[in-house]
Amino acid sequence: MDLDFTAILPSLPYILKGIGVTLKIVLVAGLLGFAFGIILAIFKISKYKALHWFADIYTSIFRGTPLILQLMIIYYGAPQIIGFEISSYYAAVASFSLNSAAYISEIIRAGILAVDKGQKEAAQALGVPGNRMMWDIILPQALKNILPALMNEFITLTKESAIVTVIAANDIMRRAYIVGGDQYRFFEPMIFAGMIYYLMVISLTFVGKLVERRLRQSD
Amino acid sequence: MINVQNLHKSFGRLEVLKGISTSIKNGEVVAIIGPSGSGKSTFLRCLNLLEQPTSGKIIIGADNITDKKTNIMKVRENVGMVFQHFHLFPHMTVLQNITYAPLKVKGISKSEAEKHGLELLKKVGLSEKANEYPSRLSGGQKQRVAIARALAMDPGVMLFDEPTSALDPEMVKEVLEVMKSLAHTGMTMAIVTHEMGFAREVADRVLFLDGGVLVEDAPPAEFFSSPKSSRAKEFLDKML
Repeated sequence: MDLDFTAILPSLPYILKGIGVTLKIVLVAGLLGFAFGIILAIFKISKYKALHWFADIYTSIFRGTPLILQLMIIYYGAPQIIGFEISSYYAAVASFSLNSAAYISEIIRAGILAVDKGQKEAAQALGVPGNRMMWDIILPQALKNILPALMNEFITLTKESAIVTVIAANDIMRRAYIVGGDQYRFFEPMIFAGMIYYLMVISLTFVGKLVERRLRQSD
Repeated sequence: MINVQNLHKSFGRLEVLKGISTSIKNGEVVAIIGPSGSGKSTFLRCLNLLEQPTSGKIIIGADNITDKKTNIMKVRENVGMVFQHFHLFPHMTVLQNITYAPLKVKGISKSEAEKHGLELLKKVGLSEKANEYPSRLSGGQKQRVAIARALAMDPGVMLFDEPTSALDPEMVKEVLEVMKSLAHTGMTMAIVTHEMGFAREVADRVLFLDGGVLVEDAPPAEFFSSPKSSRAKEFLDKML
């Protein structure tokens, strides 16, 4: 066995810097995906057929093809069409938010449909217009119910972000790989990267529990 | 105040209301009774267009609410509704439930809405619950909050859809008491109910529906002591 964790000690700060890169991608893509997911979910329950179809086809395509393919199409393929290069950061944010919007929209749609029909009727009976009702009455209740599923989606996003390595974004994963290549030692930096991801996911889980507890205040 | 002309409502091929005509005067309290499946809830829900009538005309005040051009939101502001299962907003406190529509629909100021809301809470005997969430209330308390919530919009008419049917027996009275005192203020009320004693005591008129048809329309004294139709007789025999 040839393991020497001390050998990668000097490279730890370099790998740790990847946390910022990963977080920046995950947070921005998560928020954009969430916002876009809400819009898609509202399209899916809309009475307008065209919106409905758009959202359904969108979801079907983004769930039906590999994320890494979407990432590479945007980073390597899109410049052929738009005529300029996209930085790996923007390509990562774009593909992750577009992809997670598809999953999040399904979660939110299910959450909206699970809200008791009586809530809508009570709001209607008070003369509350449709968009206000969705925003103030239906969505808050839907979000509370789907919070665990949403947290799951964000956790997946955090871990899946490691594939930005293939478009040379300097995230945790890629830095660990570079350190491994430098020193001909892959096991140690990979284990270290794994620990970082794991801790990030644990903290995310913890934050999710806190938010959930806050939302359950009314129970 | 409310005028209903030849109201029909079908769900698919099932015709639930088969041509109902009646009117409710200002300040009148009307109890709508009948066996389950008679269409009484559907009738009530047509009055604020929670159900869209298949045909017929409903006029409330000066508005023909079945006319497509009428702004139904405005009409609903004037027609309060209380549901069997309360339908309080679970993520809002009691006071927020009551002030939500006045704030967001009528656009009155927060202080005014809260002042009015607290007065209404006092009226239904729940002042001390203003900042509780609905999940902490009993069924009877929830229904009283629901009544206060509907009243907060200052409606001209109140619709009650079996307001005590989901309550434990010991909580029925507190809700009926609130409704009784509301009736005494001169509020126009249409109440779908199985509480025969309440209908007899509080209502000015009883509408008896069966099979989607308005079978009887009479003052309670007359209806309960000498119902004209055999269907009403049968129904009362089972109920009393």
